[in-house]
Amino acid sequence: MAAFDIYPEYEIVRNNERCTNCRVCEKQCANGAHIFLTDKNRMAADDDKCVNCHRCVAMCPVRALKIVKTNHTFRENLYWTGKSIKEIKRQAESGGVLLSSMGNPETYPVYFDKILLNASQVTNPSIDPLREPMETKVYLGSKPDKVVRDEKGRIKIDLPLHIKLSMPVMLSAMSYGSISYNAHESLARAAAEAGIMYNTGEGGLHEDLYRYGKNTIVQVASGRFGVHSRYLSNGAAIEIKMGQGAKPGIGGHLPGSKIVGDISKTRMIPEGSDAISPAPHHDIYSIEDLSQLVYSLKEATGYTKPIIVKIAAVHNVAAIASGIARSGADIIAIDGFRGGTGAAPARIRDHVGIPIELALASVDKRLRDEGIRNRVSIVAGGGIRSSADVVKAIALGADCVYIGTAALIALGCHMCRSCHTGKCNWGIATQREDLVKRLNPDWGYKRLVNLLNAWKHEIMEMMGGMGINAIESLRGNRLMLRGVGLNEKELEILGIKHAGE
Amino acid sequence: MREGMFRNPSGCAISGIFSKSGKRFSGRQIIESIAVMHERSNGLGGGFAAYGIYPEFKDHYAFHIFYDDIYAKRECEEFLEDHFDIVSFSQIPTRKLPEIKDTPLIWRYFLAPLPAKLADSQQDEGEYVIRCVFRINTGIKGAYVFSSGKNMGVFKAVGFPEDVGRFYRLEEYEGYCFTAHGRYPTNTPGWWGGAHPFALLDFSVVHNGEISSYDANRRTIEMYGYKCTLQTDTEVITYIIDYLHRKQGLDLKEICSVIAAPFWSVIATRPHKEREELEYLRCVFDTLLINGPFSIIVGFEGGMMALNDRLKLRSMVVGEKDDMVYVASEEAAIRVIQKDLDRVWSPKGGEGVIVTLEKGSA
Repeated sequence: MAAFDIYPEYEIVRNNERCTNCRVCEKQCANGAHIFLTDKNRMAADDDKCVNCHRCVAMCPVRALKIVKTNHTFRENLYWTGKSIKEIKRQAESGGVLLSSMGNPETYPVYFDKILLNASQVTNPSIDPLREPMETKVYLGSKPDKVVRDEKGRIKIDLPLHIKLSMPVMLSAMSYGSISYNAHESLARAAAEAGIMYNTGEGGLHEDLYRYGKNTIVQVASGRFGVHSRYLSNGAAIEIKMGQGAKPGIGGHLPGSKIVGDISKTRMIPEGSDAISPAPHHDIYSIEDLSQLVYSLKEATGYTKPIIVKIAAVHNVAAIASGIARSGADIIAIDGFRGGTGAAPARIRDHVGIPIELALASVDKRLRDEGIRNRVSIVAGGGIRSSADVVKAIALGADCVYIGTAALIALGCHMCRSCHTGKCNWGIATQREDLVKRLNPDWGYKRLVNLLNAWKHEIMEMMGGMGINAIESLRGNRLMLRGVGLNEKELEILGIKHAGE
Repeated sequence: MREGMFRNPSGCAISGIFSKSGKRFSGRQIIESIAVMHERSNGLGGGFAAYGIYPEFKDHYAFHIFYDDIYAKRECEEFLEDHFDIVSFSQIPTRKLPEIKDTPLIWRYFLAPLPAKLADSQQDEGEYVIRCVFRINTGIKGAYVFSSGKNMGVFKAVGFPEDVGRFYRLEEYEGYCFTAHGRYPTNTPGWWGGAHPFALLDFSVVHNGEISSYDANRRTIEMYGYKCTLQTDTEVITYIIDYLHRKQGLDLKEICSVIAAPFWSVIATRPHKEREELEYLRCVFDTLLINGPFSIIVGFEGGMMALNDRLKLRSMVVGEKDDMVYVASEEAAIRVIQKDLDRVWSPKGGEGVIVTLEKGSA
């Protein structure tokens, strides 16, 4: 087969009138898409290598570059799309599994976009967050079933340990290894500054970041990389990762080429060895095993840390969550099928799991039906794009949300979805030193804090409009939601009415 | 369309009178008080709760029941006989008025749970009675128990509250506490059960406002076995108070710290012990915080409580004269029955005003 059988998806367009041959684009592109032709004394492009990450576009001092989607096309076919054809050709060539990164980009329904929010008119007043207190503080954790009093009749303050957050948003698990040290430092510092939590992911925690422990959730995944007692004790909470929305049912694979230096040390595995997280936890083949791990971790940390169990949103998610709620876990994190990843088989990412909106609604309902919703907090993640998504998730029943992709975009990610290549030009999903240093944590964390503050303001505005001045009064308040263009069954599962009802 | 089939936001007037010494007085005053606030109602609901009115049956549950027809009455009475010892029963005396139409059958029963049935149920007496009320209200078509406490009673109808008071001949009752409600619903329910007060055992609630936390509150309280059939704020508020008081053992001050919880910034300024307790209550019962505008008067055996939402988005005034305490949406509704007050004030948002009978009084 010819080397040029597959035409590139994107074309680099260079305005030669503007280009000064400064060769910045060439230096900036880790993929080698820009070449300087010495003999002709001008720049050229290799479109095949371009991932459309916009690094060159952003760095070009004379705005001479843009990337456009090619108009080269196969004969139009609504069933056998260009994408299908190209993928078959690539697999015919390589014999391998197609790899992909970030969240599911396909055209499945986005329920967040079919839900609208309420506002007060006449019968009760909206509240102006600039003039009145507007509370977004959240406590995550288990709540006792019954108030107990001491012999003097005073309430016994026996509240199980909680995570306290200034707003209902946390930064979701992204491991050191899958993302760079500078990205990790940015997340940690942003969480500390904003009064929320970030999550180490499954790669352990770099020694230098221990100082942000109060704002850290330490993760324990099936590979147990970097898990030791100091690590567990350092976090404000421990998350057991059972699954991930982008790749339910499978584990993880960080290639040996990325297991270098501090990453090897932090993960506690030899340099150059592949870090393979098994698909299941091999000590958890059933719900009672999960309970044992929950209590093992509690024992190991002297019952001082709330335990989060994170699962991917799959078909039977409500029953699974109900089992987890009875397992001793304090918080359940549900990751929807739009959730991001540093690398996942494309077929898994694009075809396994269910939307977070439906999963969240059915979990919240099931736990209420069984009278145990107070025993756990629910964190919803997987595709949260804006403060409006946050508000809708909370009204559906979440205590809080996880954001991953949105946080990375604040740090500079341009969603080229090529994390798995390890050549992130923005210094995020890479371990190449020259690339990593492109992300300055001093700058990165401020951008992320800006994003969080902006969302907080917007959340407060939306709450005020609904006449609500404490975030807990929004939680599960589904009357504040209406569906548009949803069928009866979808409305039933979401537990909301249609607009106009 | 009946109350409960849709959500019905209402504006309202409320009023309450309480004698701390337990001196019993006639229902005439409360009618005069609520009548002043005529324009805060629109004729689609009015009602009263009266405490200390049945001293001769003070140890029995007084059920007030609306029946659509005699079939409902027959079925309901069969149920009552199965579960209670019926000590006395009669039609509730009313006065024919052109303003009050579509009158259902209105009956009153004084009941004691059958000891064997109660023991079988493995519930305490209060829970047993409440379950019976729920079973009648959801299971017997055309029967609706709207009052179920001891030595107290609710009287309500569709109409302006002053007409409802005259209809029920409220001036002929004597009690130590009366509360009243005039309703301004935005829909037209036309059903008597939907009028207020809403009551469960001896707790009764009159409420002015529209709470924005309704569904968060409803979904939480339904988890604990309550069923919100009317979809009104008053119903869910009553259930929350009952749950916190009867099932969680909180006192009224603590209940105020849950349903009108202080802001976190305020909690942070309190002394250690109090801060811990407020943080605990707010955290454990976070979704029972009642958000949005409300003023409520809660009547209960031996006491009355008035409370505003924490931003005070509804007017509510309290007045005192000797042993009498008056609460109303407007000061005029107090002045009309007591011109010469020792003290008048507007309680702050979230600050519960709780009055109880003095020791040794009736």
